[in-house]
Amino acid sequence: MLAGVLVVVTLADVIYQLVDNSGQAIDRFGLGFLVHTVWNPGFNKEGAAALVYGTVVSSLIALVLATPLGIAIGLYLSMMAPARVRAIVGPLVEMLAAVPSIVYGFWGLVVLVPFINGLEPGLHSALGFIPLFGPASTIGISVFTAGIVLTVMILPIISALSRDLFLTVPADLKDGAEALGATRWEVIRGIVLPSTASGVGAAVMLGLGRALGEAIAVSFVIGDVTQIHASLFDPGSSIAAQIANDFLGAVNPLETASLFYIGFILVVIAMLTSIAARGIAGRFDVSAGMLAKP
Amino acid sequence: MSAATPITLGETGLFDPTAPLTPSGNLRRRGVINRFVHVTATAAAFAAVAVLAIVVVSVAVHGASSLSLGFVVHNPQGLAAGGIANMLLGTLEIVAAATVIALPLGILTGLYLTEFAGPRARTARFHKLALDIMQGLPTIVVGLFVYGLIVIPTHQESGFAGAVALSIVMLPLIARASQEVLLLVPGTLREAADALGVNRWRTVLTVILPAAIGGIVTGAILAIARAAGETAPLLICDNIYNQTSTSFNLFHGVPSVPMFIYTSYDLPLTQAVARAWGAALVLVIFILFANFGARVLLARSRAKMGR
Repeated sequence: MLAGVLVVVTLADVIYQLVDNSGQAIDRFGLGFLVHTVWNPGFNKEGAAALVYGTVVSSLIALVLATPLGIAIGLYLSMMAPARVRAIVGPLVEMLAAVPSIVYGFWGLVVLVPFINGLEPGLHSALGFIPLFGPASTIGISVFTAGIVLTVMILPIISALSRDLFLTVPADLKDGAEALGATRWEVIRGIVLPSTASGVGAAVMLGLGRALGEAIAVSFVIGDVTQIHASLFDPGSSIAAQIANDFLGAVNPLETASLFYIGFILVVIAMLTSIAARGIAGRFDVSAGMLAKP
Repeated sequence: MSAATPITLGETGLFDPTAPLTPSGNLRRRGVINRFVHVTATAAAFAAVAVLAIVVVSVAVHGASSLSLGFVVHNPQGLAAGGIANMLLGTLEIVAAATVIALPLGILTGLYLTEFAGPRARTARFHKLALDIMQGLPTIVVGLFVYGLIVIPTHQESGFAGAVALSIVMLPLIARASQEVLLLVPGTLREAADALGVNRWRTVLTVILPAAIGGIVTGAILAIARAAGETAPLLICDNIYNQTSTSFNLFHGVPSVPMFIYTSYDLPLTQAVARAWGAALVLVIFILFANFGARVLLARSRAKMGR
């Protein structure tokens, strides 16, 4: 009981410490902090808009890429793979989550950045009519690269959770559909995905939470530029990466307070994500119960 | 409809008894879609494994040149030579301290959620949500929190502050793992203990915990592996670099492997970068082995519980 209370107290204290230490920035910038893009500590001007933008966009890239891939891997591991392949590939995919973020940062910088740099001109010429795919950055360090690194980091979360969910679908339902002549894909589309949709949604939210809060790996590849560019191939910065890059070198107490302030914003976003995941998963429990009854 | 109408089959037209027995039309289309999905899903799974291989191999290739026995048993000399023994020891100290804090609290939280609060109790639900939120906290923010909680009042970045931050990262992992394995302990064991008139806490101590210990240890190993590679909280709370001596005082700055990797990489020295890769390789080897060991242990304790 006490241990449970301690968790709640810790969370409350997290909020308190963040608000307390960001007091100076809150007093000075108020809510306008959220809409100002300039981050120039030398002139006591700090705004979080560019950072929020970088955080959200890089995480959305990761989400768009990792959701279908993760669901596909979950389907493969739960319904298609032979038992032996499953026993090897499943743990290997989960190992992706065990690699520390600093190693992903390194890998992103040394392996991924040159690769992306080669990829960007092609994407620009193919999809350049959309402003998102602007002219390639010269060095491959960009919001897009950060999104790719985050994709790799959240892929194991989404695929492991969705695999576990797909395994909970009652075999009776799948067998029934197959007996009616449905192909494997029709079983997946008609039975497996609809009955686990909300659980998969929760898994995706958990992946999103991880992507939003990742600091070290992102700080290596995003470029540390607090500006908003339409093109994904331009460098940017994210909340967590900004804290990692600037906290120790903060030029004045106001910048430190501002960093605590963006930390507070990040916590609010992360908490909303966790609560949303739990809310969606709660709906899943109900639908699973309904599924099991008849 | 006259009797002379020939037999038709669906939309495909006339029934032709001599047609080859391969799917056509709609059935063929369904088969093609099915095959396409199968191939795509397989490709996705193997692509993920390939990414893991690329990550591990690239760390191994870059780090192999600086890896040797001397690298792990000697202290560094300056910025570009020597080993990483003091950082390894520092990481060991910090993670051990974090484990001492997080392990008992994590197990107690798991016990509370499974044994003492009913599964439908509103407080238990609330605590599960709190645990979810705690697990979802960005680690860099955990670092900021501990900075405000410990570093500012003591005016000192310290290994202890780092350990507290890591324990916050570890606690929900251990609590979740304990909770899951405690739910697997057969209810008949609890009922048997109740029937003998044993207290709740004695049941927990002598019956339930021993039955669940394998899974709890697995969770603890995974949490330790996670904490050992965590950089962001240490960057804020225990930012020590270029220290060449061993540190045994947790209440001062303690050098650690992740911080060494993070800071060495920024140095304009090729040897420093090579050593950063070497340290990353040591870290990856430890973490992958810990994960592998935890998995084996889990399989073994599952088998034991199924008996």
